[in-house]
Amino acid sequence: MAINLKLWLLWVEGKTVPTTNRSHLQESMDNLVIAGKAYTSRLLVGTGKYKDFNETRMAIEASGAEIITVAIRRTNIGQNANEPNLLDVLPPSHYTLLPNTAGCYTVDDAVRTLRLARELLDGHSLVKLEVLGDPKTLYPNMVETLKAAEILIKEDFQVMVYTSDDPIIAKQLEEMGCVAVMPLASLIGSGMGILNPWNLQIIIDNARIPVLVDAGVGTASDATIAMELGCDGVLMNTAIAAATHPVLMASAMKKAVESGREAYQAGRMPKKLYSASPSSPVDGVIAPADSTVTRKTAQ
Amino acid sequence: MIQLTINGQPQQFESPINLTQLVEHLALQGKRIAIERNGEIIARSQFAAQMLEHGDQLEIVVAVGGG
Repeated sequence: MAINLKLWLLWVEGKTVPTTNRSHLQESMDNLVIAGKAYTSRLLVGTGKYKDFNETRMAIEASGAEIITVAIRRTNIGQNANEPNLLDVLPPSHYTLLPNTAGCYTVDDAVRTLRLARELLDGHSLVKLEVLGDPKTLYPNMVETLKAAEILIKEDFQVMVYTSDDPIIAKQLEEMGCVAVMPLASLIGSGMGILNPWNLQIIIDNARIPVLVDAGVGTASDATIAMELGCDGVLMNTAIAAATHPVLMASAMKKAVESGREAYQAGRMPKKLYSASPSSPVDGVIAPADSTVTRKTAQ
Repeated sequence: MIQLTINGQPQQFESPINLTQLVEHLALQGKRIAIERNGEIIARSQFAAQMLEHGDQLEIVVAVGGG
């Protein structure tokens, strides 16, 4: 079943044709441009769920990511005063930190969290907005997300927004001024891969801002498929952190994203259903031992 | 005596205290933190000027690993 699903997905990929209306997003160096800033890596990674800060640092270095997400949480009061800080390991001078609103279920909580993040990061305004609707699925509440995005944009935040894979909502988020839309491939932390490539394709074809798959990537081929669809980037955390060997998976994801991007730009061959096409010349095959057999078919 | 609620936990203080003093009291000086007082962000440069009042609600946050 799993293999059939993969084959079906590959067939789906083949139906898609790279569109031309997104050429404005490609610079000569093929950078990912978000809110006017260019990044060479199209892989964005989270910093959660690692064994320790050392593993976090090594995995993120192996991923080649330049944009890394962080969460904002209450500090421990009166305990572990010498506890190491994530930002000592991943300094803002080396990475573009993308504070998120993970765990926020209301507009107010999300907006307050990002105001705190901006103060924490010395006025840094690039943020990842997610307003969740349900603790079991962590599915985004798009009604609340739209309200929060409006407030944040008015306050001059640059909002990269986690969204359902609804093409209409994605377009609305773009029109209100978000700097990137980030539809889910499947549920956060599920590793289920891309469940609806059709919707993703519609979002990508309609978008004039970067589209990044955020959530649901399980292994390298999922990231490659996302990039082959024409996504501008992929954001992941659990696929790396929960791998048996996170640093090796981080390296695999770096290559997967690069590979998918190159394949997208190269433009894949069209698929031919039930019709083979030889790669070797049809003429000049040696004569068959039995000369009564006519090998060449002239039609 | 004033009572402050810091990250959801009540704490009593014998004498008036400003935000810089509170940060030192909590051994958070020099750490990368951000503070919200009664729903308003307080810039680090304003800590010393913020005299805390009985009933204040404070949120003190840091960056942690997350996706």
